[in-house]
Amino acid sequence: MALLELENVHSYYGNIHALKGVSMTVDEGEIVCLIGGNGAGKTTTLRTITGLLRPREGSVRFDGEDALQYATHELVAKGLAMVPEGRGVFQKLTVEENLEMGAYLRTDAKAIAEDIQRMYELFPRLGERRTQVAGTLSGGEQQMLAISRALMSRPRVLLMDEPSMGLAPVLVDLIFDTIQEINKDGVTILLVEQNALIALDISHRGYVIETGAIALEGPAKELRDDPRVKEAYLGG
Amino acid sequence: MKARLYRLNWVDVVLNALRIVIIVAVIVGAFNTITSGKYTTDQWISLVMSGLAQGSIYALIALGYTLVYGILLMINFAHGEVFMSGAYTAYFLAIYTAKKGWLDSHPFLTILSWMALAAVVSMVVAVLLERIAYRPLRGAPRLVPLITAIGASFFLQYTFKGFYGSAFRTYPEVPALKGTINIGGAEIPIVQIIVFIAAVVLMVGLYWVVEKSKRGKAMRAVSENKEVARLMGIDIDKVIVFTFVLGGALAGAAGVINGLYRPQGVNFFMGFFPGIKAFTAAVLGGIGNVPGAFLGGLLLGVIESLGPNLVLDGLGIPAANQLKDVIAFTMLVLVLIFRPQGILGERLAEKRA
Repeated sequence: MALLELENVHSYYGNIHALKGVSMTVDEGEIVCLIGGNGAGKTTTLRTITGLLRPREGSVRFDGEDALQYATHELVAKGLAMVPEGRGVFQKLTVEENLEMGAYLRTDAKAIAEDIQRMYELFPRLGERRTQVAGTLSGGEQQMLAISRALMSRPRVLLMDEPSMGLAPVLVDLIFDTIQEINKDGVTILLVEQNALIALDISHRGYVIETGAIALEGPAKELRDDPRVKEAYLGG
Repeated sequence: MKARLYRLNWVDVVLNALRIVIIVAVIVGAFNTITSGKYTTDQWISLVMSGLAQGSIYALIALGYTLVYGILLMINFAHGEVFMSGAYTAYFLAIYTAKKGWLDSHPFLTILSWMALAAVVSMVVAVLLERIAYRPLRGAPRLVPLITAIGASFFLQYTFKGFYGSAFRTYPEVPALKGTINIGGAEIPIVQIIVFIAAVVLMVGLYWVVEKSKRGKAMRAVSENKEVARLMGIDIDKVIVFTFVLGGALAGAAGVINGLYRPQGVNFFMGFFPGIKAFTAAVLGGIGNVPGAFLGGLLLGVIESLGPNLVLDGLGIPAANQLKDVIAFTMLVLVLIFRPQGILGERLAEKRA
């Protein structure tokens, strides 16, 4: 059964019709990517799923339940987590406080402390900077922090908005290796990317979104070989 | 060189001239007063101490302004009335406990009970304000909740006037707080020292809550980025209510402290001036900054207390002591013109983003 399911979703920013009937599914255990150009509606899709933006039409279902009846923080309690666009770490909070915020809804202090240690093992550079305020971290370190922070809630589904944005190629590889590892640990992942090649590389399935509507969908391998995708996103 | 001169904005020229005039006036005034030897050292000490005591009260109210601004980027102009509500309600308990003789037998516990009642009442008023007057307007332009705040402030003032009239009611005298202590040759009333210590204790407590507690960390997270805070699972409505609770509790405590320290008593209008002064203090320290509000409060108290004698007297201005409020509000204007971000604040442009 689909863990996450969007059906004919229409979202607006004021009068701008940003999503024009998006339908997609993400099954348990998958990595699904949503690729597309600037302003195609990728981030809007994630904002609609997390309840930050309310669609005017259509349905969003999470784990078989109507997700639209819940506020964002309630969805987080049900196992949804998001790495926001541009990382969105709390600049004035320390690295450790950021991680604690990720575990905001959990009350098991001992397990939280253990999870924080695990994040420091996953990304040793965060451990070295645990007492620094996050605003002083480099872009790559902030992305590591944003991912770790999202994992601190022990999510079932992780939504990631452009994790490769603004990162050096070496760091992009590290981040995407980590995404695959997280997935192997049983976390379902919906990945939004402009960098189609690398996203399709690690995904099971993919969707291509263009001007607010799904243009193509299929297994990642097929999409990568699709001439239309090649031409538009993979440089021919 | 010529081209550069043309680019000088005449507003900047006027402002810089104003800056120089003020600095010269302060220096000349202070110099005249000090060389005239009109006041003795112990008089200066007692002026500073009474400034600190009055400033402590401003500081506690200012914290409420700054906390709310930090989270919602709005000035809760009804905060002076939150302060008044607590102080006024606790007055009735104060009279009752004094009549029963508890004030004489257990002064410390009795005063704590007044503070507890005032804090609870102010908290409830602050939370109701948020629920009824501000929350429905959260998405509105920033001017709208400001206008509502002023309306709410009048509502609270005239509600109290309607119930209790406009007479001043004086808190009972506390024998335990009478007397003075000798500091550096100056006889300082004990009550001033108690007021100052109480404010410092409350401030340290608040600082701990904001920096170390989970709720406090969530407050800072919400203040920085509401959307990401929601993605962490933080219910931002609860955090906002918590902010009003903290600000209200401090204002209530300040209300009782004010009642003990200032002999003129409580009245439906008593929140207005301390409210505006505390707002000035919050701006002075850097609005949105918690230690800044405390520092701003103390500083404003001391400036207001020293200013008339130190500067205005030296400039030959008659009846300088009645010009306290002039000094306080001149400070507000000057801070807004020359350092809108306040002493410890960040630049306003960043905050707005």
